[in-house]
Amino acid sequence: MSSLTRWQRPGLYAWPTVGQLFGLRDELDRLFESSFDDLASGSRLLNTWNPAVDLYEDKDNVIVKAEVPGLKKEEIQVSLHNGVLSISGERKSEEKVDGAETHRSERFVGRFHRTVILPSEVKGDQVNAQYKDGILTITLPKAEEAKPRQIQVNTN
Amino acid sequence: MNTAVNQDTCTEAQEQTRAAQYYVSPEVNIHETRDDYVLHAEMPGVNKDGLEITLEGNELTLVGRRQRGDLKVPALYREPSTADYRRVFELDPAIDAARIDAKIEQGVLTLHLPKSERVKPRKITVNE
Repeated sequence: MSSLTRWQRPGLYAWPTVGQLFGLRDELDRLFESSFDDLASGSRLLNTWNPAVDLYEDKDNVIVKAEVPGLKKEEIQVSLHNGVLSISGERKSEEKVDGAETHRSERFVGRFHRTVILPSEVKGDQVNAQYKDGILTITLPKAEEAKPRQIQVNTN
Repeated sequence: MNTAVNQDTCTEAQEQTRAAQYYVSPEVNIHETRDDYVLHAEMPGVNKDGLEITLEGNELTLVGRRQRGDLKVPALYREPSTADYRRVFELDPAIDAARIDAKIEQGVLTLHLPKSERVKPRKITVNE
């Protein structure tokens, strides 16, 4: 669950192809992931911290949102390499008060790492990352060649 | 499974309106010391304005409403739940409700629930 595959419309391929088989497999994987998410919000079953990630795309930007509450901005690392965005960091355990008794301990501590395969080329030098209310929002402007372009039709 | 279909058609704002009808339970840590209880609850996407803490009898209800997203485009992939947060706790009668203190920072709510003076363990000095 550490990588992210783009969701595709079922039946995008008109003819049975290898692509469709892979698409089907992705679909199944995704169904599994989403039902595990609902049950255990993330891969809690594996007992690691996999923050939830959203991916959006409009005509100018690719936007990635990750839920990483309660960190300092210095504790979050974001990097971009070959069209793959990595978000990682670490939550230190809370300072323990001597003699404190723990009644519940549900929050994750430790490292997390998520990678997102970006759906299009981006300008790596103009990426902006904002951390607010525990949500990290990364805005990646698309490269010019990845933007939709209107082609004029000429007659002569 | 339905969400798979919706992913393609709903914008973030639309989805949040729909999701506001149910809640998810935030993860919490609770520690008790001699003087107080400290509760931390994870509510990413919630700020001070979206927080509602109510005390009825000895029942403490925490509600966190997410800031509505401003993105108008459909998600290609979504994982975070768009639902608001809600969780109810029964308080130890020893807690001094008047002095409960709350703050929220980067999506983590911290509640200090001090114990009232009369229930704190007290050391009695023995006079000669």
